[in-house]
Amino acid sequence: MKGQKQINYIKSEYIGRSLVTFCGILIVVITLAIIGFICAKGIQSFTQSGISFGEILTSANWSPNSEQPAFGALIFIVGSTIVSIGAVLISAPIAIGLAIFMNLISPKFGNRVLKPVLELLVGIPSVVYGLLGVTILIPLLRDSFGGVGFSLVAGIVVLSIMILPTIASIASDAVRSVPFEYLEASYGLGSTKWQAISRVIVPAAKSGILTGIVLGLARAFGEALAVQMVIGNTVKFPTSLYSPTSTLTGILTMDMTNTLNGTSWNNALWTLAMILLLISFIFILVIRAIGQRGGR
Amino acid sequence: MKKQIMGVQKNMAKKGFKFTIAALLISGVLAGCGNAEDTANNETTDNAAKQELSGTITAAGSTALQPLAEEAATEFMGENPNVSITVQGGGSGTGINQVASGAVQIGNSDVPSKDKIEDEALAKELVDNKVAGIAFGVVVNKDITVDNLTVQQITDIFAGKITNWKEVGGKDEKINVINRPASSGTRATFEKTILNETKANDSIGTTQDSNGAVEQAVNSTPGAISYLAMSYMVGEKKEALKTVKIDGAEPTTENIAAGKYPFWSYEYMITKGEAKDAVKAYIDFVAGEDFAEKVEEMGYIPMTELNK
Repeated sequence: MKGQKQINYIKSEYIGRSLVTFCGILIVVITLAIIGFICAKGIQSFTQSGISFGEILTSANWSPNSEQPAFGALIFIVGSTIVSIGAVLISAPIAIGLAIFMNLISPKFGNRVLKPVLELLVGIPSVVYGLLGVTILIPLLRDSFGGVGFSLVAGIVVLSIMILPTIASIASDAVRSVPFEYLEASYGLGSTKWQAISRVIVPAAKSGILTGIVLGLARAFGEALAVQMVIGNTVKFPTSLYSPTSTLTGILTMDMTNTLNGTSWNNALWTLAMILLLISFIFILVIRAIGQRGGR
Repeated sequence: MKKQIMGVQKNMAKKGFKFTIAALLISGVLAGCGNAEDTANNETTDNAAKQELSGTITAAGSTALQPLAEEAATEFMGENPNVSITVQGGGSGTGINQVASGAVQIGNSDVPSKDKIEDEALAKELVDNKVAGIAFGVVVNKDITVDNLTVQQITDIFAGKITNWKEVGGKDEKINVINRPASSGTRATFEKTILNETKANDSIGTTQDSNGAVEQAVNSTPGAISYLAMSYMVGEKKEALKTVKIDGAEPTTENIAAGKYPFWSYEYMITKGEAKDAVKAYIDFVAGEDFAEKVEEMGYIPMTELNK
């Protein structure tokens, strides 16, 4: 009888518990394994191929297949940075506006229409954004501004649409979590609705909104396909918004499968992947710092 | 009271059921992963049955060779029902990587393995089997009036020295250069055969990742010039772009066999060590006479024509 009870206890308690513990450990192990693998591959550039880290970070000379190969990745780092920041500059104000509209101006319309629309936007695969960019945006840019159309600004516009839902939904949560009393107190002091929103609600939701923006920036930085399809992938610094350039992710998707393991070219690409990883770590640290400041 | 307990138990049973389903799903996924690796393990050891070839062949690599390899695989499997051939893409580099590591039996490549591999010991193990020729064309947007370019003119265009179509006899229009990525096999052939081993200038024009992207970009960009495999330019795609002659020669099988048209290369099926059994039979079939007609029909050049 007692044994029966124990088996029951094992069934009802330990199986489930060990399963979820296993899942928890598994995801940590996988994450560490990925980081370890990328770093191990990434440092091969320095240990095997004799490329200096300084050269990769500061040189703009990327000619991996010439007689005297050079692996300066500055163009890609700058390209990725400009295109992501540009996308956030467009996307963040719109997203904050949406968050305010959804929660404070018209919650009914926000919940019934805007929220599902944003969720839908998240679900659209990036290749579709890329295709839309190539078939609609590129010809439009070409006809209005001349040139080829494949350009920095095309990448910025495509990315800004992609990261809009990320920023908007996090900003919306932040705005919603501001206590209702703040609004009432502002009304009590004689403020109009807009004064209350702009002077009280938004500042109170600041840290949540900032987290959304940094997450959007991180997503923009890591996005590969859609940007690669519209940005032109020319290995040179952009001279204007309408000139093509390259990004870190773009050069990775184009060359990774066509270079051989163990060659210095392939190693250099792994180093670029490692740099991408490091940059995303920095974004995470920034988010944590914002969260802690907001929490105080 | 009793009813309540029973209700709880029922609830637990339901949860248990859900767990079972989840566990089944997970194990199913894991099992699926296992299967995928099994295909790599083909080593057919029955040498005795020469007539009855059998085994599993996996080929991966060049997307330029992929359509031909797939067509050949279908026909070859029709004749040898015990052989199963899977053809995957991934790019020439992937093909050589995979065959060097033993993950596939055949690595499809646009370039000989020696051109890509730095490790000499490994390079010696790999055998490049020529299976077909492939012609490439210099393609331009339909609005371009120029019909013929010399090798020197093409070199200057891709180096950024010639930037307007009027300099090569066309109308006054900016030249928009479209490249393939530096690691692409098509581009490697272009640099080797046309640019005379100099590199295309990456800081002019734009770069597109695939044949399809190049086709679309050339088709929609005024003044655009790029290069594409002729095997890709079949059907309606042939009408969408304009192929220019190089030094007066069109990319035909006759011109290539006669040495008049420079822009072509071999396609390789690379094996680790000499090919044997089913793998050898398949490679011989692709390069052989019986399949030659189909090879030409698909826009490639049969080995039988090149060996004349």
